[in-house]
Amino acid sequence: MAVRIETLTRRRSWTTRFGDRLAEASLLAATAVGLIALTVLLWTVLDQGATALNWPFIRNFASRIPERAGIWPPLVGTIYLMLLVTAASFPLGVGAAIYLEEFAPRNRLTSAIETNIANLAAVPSIIYGLLGLALFYRAMNLGRSLLTGALTLTLLVLPVIIIATREALRAVPHSIRLGAMALGATRWEAVYKQVLPIAIPGIMTGTILGLSRAIGETAPLLVAGAAAFVAFTPDHLLDAYSALPIQIFDWVRRPQPDFQALAAGAILVLLALLLTMNAIAIVIRNRYYRRNR
Amino acid sequence: MIVETELVRDDIPIPEEHPAPVFQVRDVAVTYGGQPAVEGITMDVPSDRITALIGPSGCGKSTLIRCFNRMNDLIPGAAIAGRIDYHGLDLYGPNVDPVEVRRRIGMVFQQPNPFPKSIYENVAFGLRVNKMTDDLDARIEKALRDAALWDEVKRKLKTPATSLSGGQQQRLCIARALATAPDVLLMDEPCSALDPIATTKIEDLMHQLKTNYTILIVTHNMQQAARVSDRTAFLTVQGSEEEGIIPRGVLVEFDDTERIFTNPSDSRTEDYITGRFG
Repeated sequence: MAVRIETLTRRRSWTTRFGDRLAEASLLAATAVGLIALTVLLWTVLDQGATALNWPFIRNFASRIPERAGIWPPLVGTIYLMLLVTAASFPLGVGAAIYLEEFAPRNRLTSAIETNIANLAAVPSIIYGLLGLALFYRAMNLGRSLLTGALTLTLLVLPVIIIATREALRAVPHSIRLGAMALGATRWEAVYKQVLPIAIPGIMTGTILGLSRAIGETAPLLVAGAAAFVAFTPDHLLDAYSALPIQIFDWVRRPQPDFQALAAGAILVLLALLLTMNAIAIVIRNRYYRRNR
Repeated sequence: MIVETELVRDDIPIPEEHPAPVFQVRDVAVTYGGQPAVEGITMDVPSDRITALIGPSGCGKSTLIRCFNRMNDLIPGAAIAGRIDYHGLDLYGPNVDPVEVRRRIGMVFQQPNPFPKSIYENVAFGLRVNKMTDDLDARIEKALRDAALWDEVKRKLKTPATSLSGGQQQRLCIARALATAPDVLLMDEPCSALDPIATTKIEDLMHQLKTNYTILIVTHNMQQAARVSDRTAFLTVQGSEEEGIIPRGVLVEFDDTERIFTNPSDSRTEDYITGRFG
């Protein structure tokens, strides 16, 4: 058969070349929109908030006088919330995912549960706030406490963690499980000693994603009773508390420009907290990657 | 060491024709979600011999080999009927612990499946879950020597197993299976993902191992069956959609390998080994 080399040097038609350029340009524009919006946002916040950031601002309590106002109680509240939410949602979420993925029989009930969890991840956060209000605040009589807030946020992040963990577990080749069990490992030994270490990076990513969502949530905490004006830091699970998004919300609502600057400062602190969490997750992830490669 | 074993074997005459069976398979059938995969399998697997399962794709040879260490238990919807005795004990009896069965009956898979950990940890895993951690280093060295891998990896035991070549990974999987001192080694097409040189190494290894282990091997490669095995079982597919019968694997013939390849008693076996099949 004759080889037609002339096609190798033939120029493509004008429309094909133009189509290619157009696609590339549109995709670049799509990327740029996101990047520009983010840059403008960060710049505005830095511009407004940088002046507010100083040590007294971090350590001071709430005040009606902008110069004296600080974010200590909401900062501590947010950190406590994160610790509590992590402590509650990580074992529950990962445990539920392991059960569903590795142990649960494949039947209609299991797939019904799976569909429901996927839907729960898409439920608006204020609905979780209402659930927290009804269940933890009222029914369990926990009041406007740190525990109410933490449990409400736990419900919010659980579906995200469960879905991410299941995907991470599913990505582990089935041959690893078979290999472990063919050596006389029980199902749990195979999962715990071989499958989980491989899945940990994916689980961490999902957990951090869920917690990042929780750390910035305002609506569920407002509904479930976080306070914007707290004169003390919580030192008990049942104490009243505030959180950074609540404080930001409260300051942004006020007309005085000084409070707007304070809000921007608080946003910067919240961002720093978020980036620290992500950094910790990346460190843990990389450590496991190295161990597994 | 191998020479010594052979000397001992020469001293004690063993009836060549009928060594004691390790497995007695009686009318075994496997179904997946109610659909038959293999049925009517009856055979005795002799000890300290290599038994090969050959046959065309879909004849259920992999399904059958997974019955011997109860791996089919792990496949949702799989069900087994009939009886398999292991040294006279019903393998599917009510008091039999499948986890313990898999410790005694090791398995090597079609694709090398080392754990993404170090070479050392791959072999150590089976020992750890079976609480055989006394002299861990010595046991690991012995297993790697038995799998003819020690000289190649002794200086890099802490490196990831995934950095080994395919053939080395498969020998690592064999070492991993040998470490817990099983009685039987099941090999499900262990060379299908390997090049000819790696295949030769595994075949040489099997010849050394059969002095201490009963080996069952599933293979697509008839030359391999002829080269390594003492006994060969030929399975084929019976039934077709046109006949209105769901295709399932059946055992056609089970005999000494030499006889299967030179003078088979069933014409279907002859057609298959001479390449006239399908």
